[in-house]
Amino acid sequence: MIITRQKDLQEILEKIGSGPVFLVGCNECATLCGTGGKDEITALSTLFASKKIPVSGSIVLDPACHLLNSKQLLKPCAAQVDSAQIILVMACGNGVQTVAELYPEKQVVGGTDALFIGEVIRAGVFEKRCSLCGDCLIDKYGGLCPVARCPKSMLNGPCGGAANGKCEINAEMPCVWDQIYTHLKKRNQLYLLKAVQPPKDWSKSREVKVSRDHQ
Amino acid sequence: MTISNLAEALESGRFVVTTEIGPPKDCNPGKIREKAELLRGSGVAFNITDNQTAVTRMSSLAGSILLLQMGMEPIMQMTCRDRNRIGLQSDVLGAAALGVRNILCLTGDAPSFGNHPQAKGVFDVDAVQLLHIISDMTGKGVFQSGDRLSGPCPQLCLGAAANPFAEPLELQLMRLEKKVDAGAVFVQTQSIYNLERFTRWLDSVREAGLDRRVRILAGVTPLKSVKMAQRMKFHVPGTDVPDAVYERIVHAADPAEEGYRLAVETIEALREVRGIHGIHITALFWESIIPQLVRETGLVP
Repeated sequence: MIITRQKDLQEILEKIGSGPVFLVGCNECATLCGTGGKDEITALSTLFASKKIPVSGSIVLDPACHLLNSKQLLKPCAAQVDSAQIILVMACGNGVQTVAELYPEKQVVGGTDALFIGEVIRAGVFEKRCSLCGDCLIDKYGGLCPVARCPKSMLNGPCGGAANGKCEINAEMPCVWDQIYTHLKKRNQLYLLKAVQPPKDWSKSREVKVSRDHQ
Repeated sequence: MTISNLAEALESGRFVVTTEIGPPKDCNPGKIREKAELLRGSGVAFNITDNQTAVTRMSSLAGSILLLQMGMEPIMQMTCRDRNRIGLQSDVLGAAALGVRNILCLTGDAPSFGNHPQAKGVFDVDAVQLLHIISDMTGKGVFQSGDRLSGPCPQLCLGAAANPFAEPLELQLMRLEKKVDAGAVFVQTQSIYNLERFTRWLDSVREAGLDRRVRILAGVTPLKSVKMAQRMKFHVPGTDVPDAVYERIVHAADPAEEGYRLAVETIEALREVRGIHGIHITALFWESIIPQLVRETGLVP
């Protein structure tokens, strides 16, 4: 899913000023990340109220990134939205833009930073798995993606900097090449790594529109 | 006619010495000239680093040209961190046009190590791919896209780096083989302090037959101070400074003298190792020691 992190509270407060503010959350990724679910929207509403910032209302969309669905869900909130100066969206960058598209006359601000497509390792801990590069190569690496998980996106083997299976830029982070090696060795498939992987086709990462009948 | 003095020396089978010059963090050409003058005669060719450890410096291309103007031969280092395939190929053409004949292809350190940690690392290609790209430019006259060069192909002697101390060894050897297949004529290794481990790596390289397909220049970096030994042991990724070596520097009355002695011993030991074709001496910020080091060890008459 899309992993988000809440922006610093101070930054959020600066964005919303003296309000009134209408809050939007998302029932999907932002809920699982604990950044924009029902609980976080309630907590923020309480916090703003304690700071004497009027909250005109709130909603948790399901999901925020579905334009037509969001439009329907927001219909009953028309008056609340109308009386707000600022709409604060606690969802990924897509969710913020959905709301902005629905209310072009309003000031819509985002309260999270979208980080990556990632795995829920355990409650509250997420790890990057995919960077949406448009040209998936994971089959060549035993199902582990070096494009997303190696800081240098190395496609032809590891750099020389990893130590004890950890990445040279962060001793907390496993070296994905070490993981690829261990995994493929276990499966007797190290031969997969012998082929030289040519420069990647990044043109596919520039797709901006796709339809279901695309193929 | 061979491509460069370095290519000629590598081909001849002579024991080759290369050293390294780090460009300054300013636009003063005098700093490169001064270091180069100091190193004149101490090696067949001189690496000019490309924003090493991701710290912004004078470009390796400019540094290489300054060397050429002095009648010395540069090995232009080229990393994939700061340029995409368009920029890299463009600089290969520019460098070749100005007389650069040796390029060392590296992936490059991540920006987080340097003085602009907020920079975006490019890494459009890696070192293996860069070697392939330049080999295709020189050999087939085509760019990476398949588009043809409109005129003469650059003539270049290509090199790569290898780290004998990196794990997993099996994967590292695979990567080294890819670099050789991609056209690397020589490799310069990570600085060696652990001779035993280096020798084990070299055994594997020989077993894979790679020593017959590429010239291996063993890396030597004299330790100048306790601080430097600490940095190499604890902070520079991919180096292996054994405790015994570290203690020797830390407890020495004169750490610089001890570091120099250690470098002399390392070079003497390396000269006896089968499969080594030369030495690459890096002494960034201690270039002045190199002339003495190459003479005392008989690397240069």
